Amino acid sequence: MRTNDLIRAIAADNATRIASVERWLLISLLAATAVSAALFAAMLGPRADIAIASGTFGFWFKFAFTLTLALTAAFLVTRLVRPGADAKLAAVALVAAPLLLAVVVASELTQVAPAMRTAKLVGTTWRSCLTFVPLLSAPILFAALIALRHGAPTRPALAGAAAGLLAGGLGAAVYASYCVEDSAFFLATWYTLAIAIVTSIGSALGARLLRW
Amino acid sequence: MQDREAEWAGLMRAALAGDEGAYRRLLNSLAPVLRASARRGLARAGAGEGDSEDVVQETLLAIHLKRHTWDAARPIGPWVRAIARNKLIDHLRRRSGARADVPIDGFEEILPAETNTPPVETRDVEPYLAKLPVRQRDVVQCILKEDISIRETAVRLKISEGAVRVALHRGLAMIAKGYRRDL
Repeated sequence: MRTNDLIRAIAADNATRIASVERWLLISLLAATAVSAALFAAMLGPRADIAIASGTFGFWFKFAFTLTLALTAAFLVTRLVRPGADAKLAAVALVAAPLLLAVVVASELTQVAPAMRTAKLVGTTWRSCLTFVPLLSAPILFAALIALRHGAPTRPALAGAAAGLLAGGLGAAVYASYCVEDSAFFLATWYTLAIAIVTSIGSALGARLLRW
Repeated sequence: MQDREAEWAGLMRAALAGDEGAYRRLLNSLAPVLRASARRGLARAGAGEGDSEDVVQETLLAIHLKRHTWDAARPIGPWVRAIARNKLIDHLRRRSGARADVPIDGFEEILPAETNTPPVETRDVEPYLAKLPVRQRDVVQCILKEDISIRETAVRLKISEGAVRVALHRGLAMIAKGYRRDL
């Protein structure tokens, strides 16, 4: 094949338009989050005491933390799918959610008696958290990886990890209204571990699926 | 160097707005620079320069299939360099049997001035042309090898121009995929 011939054929294909990765990501995330919410409704549903719980800070902070994580991870994803794009700002923005969590954990430390801390950290539902957060994240991770295939990530494993973080954050937010643990200690331990699991699955899948 | 990249950016914007002529000028202007950069990258990695045209073609295909990932508000140079570097690494990995680390430090810093070395023909991709689905193969054959227009191809193959466009796009994507087969 001569390069001049290839150039002519490529130029003839100029009319083909591909939607931006951001648009792919938005559409596929909306669809996948709906699937995840349907799974949630079928398997779990919101906690029985939601009317009371929804008046507490701890209940809402689970959403604040997981959605901040998802949002900053989405920002990083949109940087990593563009070859040569600067991802530094997006990488720095990732500390927002952990920082937020650290502040709330510190304030809870001053309010909870030392004897109670371990009980709050371990909680009673960590098995459910480690099972359902990855499960509810799975459709979202799948959708995010499909959207990423329309991009051109030069670091596939890293892009897959960012997609996993995004999916883990959203999946955890879907799970949060079922979860009866409202302590930041629990959030910092089990939610973080569950999201880390999804992130490493994303990284492993990304390394295989995101070559272009 | 800055002027050249500003010109590329202008041509790419025109191409994205539908100007096929501008797109061809862009690709023709990129090719010799990519060629010089591929030769240099291969030489630096201790690989033969004989494969440089494969790298050039693979890079051009990637630029084409991923052109929606260029942010038109940003300079085009870093985007082109990142793609060229990525395709060179893919090529070296394929040749060296999935060796993870490829010594091409500094490759991404600059694109060299173009050289006048004539391009060679590549053979790597021929087996994939033959293996394309029939319609894609016929369309690619007409447009790529026989240099006839989309409209003439449609008349000759007795299919619509839209079908020719779809087959051409899929065919190019399949050729790019053929390059990636061993990764």
